[in-house]
Amino acid sequence: MTRAAVPLAVFLAMAGLFWFVLGKMNEGEYNPRDVPTQFIGREAPAFSLPNLLDPAKTVSTEAMRGRPWLLNVWGTWCPECWKEHDYLLHLARREGVPIIGINWRDDADEAKAMLNRLGNPFEQIGFDPNSDAVIDWGVYGAPETFLIDATGIVRQKHAGAMTPAVWREKFRSYFTDNGASS
Amino acid sequence: MKRALILILAATLTAGPAMARVEVKQFDNPEQEERYDKLIAELRCLVCQNQNLADSNAELAVDMRRKTYEMVKQNKSEKEIANFMVERYGDFVLYRPPLNSNTLLLWTGPFLILLIGLALLARSVRKRRATPIDAIDDTELKTAASLLDSESDKRDA
Repeated sequence: MTRAAVPLAVFLAMAGLFWFVLGKMNEGEYNPRDVPTQFIGREAPAFSLPNLLDPAKTVSTEAMRGRPWLLNVWGTWCPECWKEHDYLLHLARREGVPIIGINWRDDADEAKAMLNRLGNPFEQIGFDPNSDAVIDWGVYGAPETFLIDATGIVRQKHAGAMTPAVWREKFRSYFTDNGASS
Repeated sequence: MKRALILILAATLTAGPAMARVEVKQFDNPEQEERYDKLIAELRCLVCQNQNLADSNAELAVDMRRKTYEMVKQNKSEKEIANFMVERYGDFVLYRPPLNSNTLLLWTGPFLILLIGLALLARSVRKRRATPIDAIDDTELKTAASLLDSESDKRDA
């Protein structure tokens, strides 16, 4: 009796563990492939990229000093980016959140076509076909969204589509506290 | 027919190595090439997480290889290049992460499990040895003997 109970207990423990972990993965609360970012609390890496909409100009981190802003890495090849696009538009237009985009490994014409069709939530967009800025920011997938505070320190990162829940939980407080319109 | 088969076979056999090295990279000296090969074998692809940069064809891996190549060409040391990647992607980017408080369990885990296994084995061996032979009582011996007898009877019959 007790001998039979040991494998049963092991089985139940494993089943419980899988139930718990797979449940968290389903709800999107746990991602086993997530690599924690190295940049929280560190100074945002500087970049200077050609502007997607006007390649003669450059987009740089320097211009953003003095207010909190979001950095969003996206590409037309990334399905989650299409999904979050509406919410980014909402953040930019209704909540007045400044968003800088990095258009990653993309075709410039396709990227512009997507913005023409869906609207453009970005103040400026850096064009990064060779992952230069992306590697400097430790990005490994898209979409990824960083929050940089007014002093230029990275405060938050979210891998995956931006949603109202993620916004409320991780990002919103930085914008209300700093007096930006909410 | 046979000749055609041999030709196809020869073509497929030689295609393998040709495919393995898609990117042709020029180095200043053999030492640089060695450093590059070693680094891309040691660095993890963040997209296909159980492949290293050398094996992965993910676009990010291609770009990380290019970055590694550029730094090797600038004569940066192996350590400098590895640190560059760790600063951005964390210890996870190394296939052999350094021993620190975060990775302690990762490094010692297998040995801990080995120790637990050895302890369990020792316990069960000691327990078996502790069971005295005369713990078997007479009735049990008799049943065993009769069973053996009946078995041999059957075989004789």
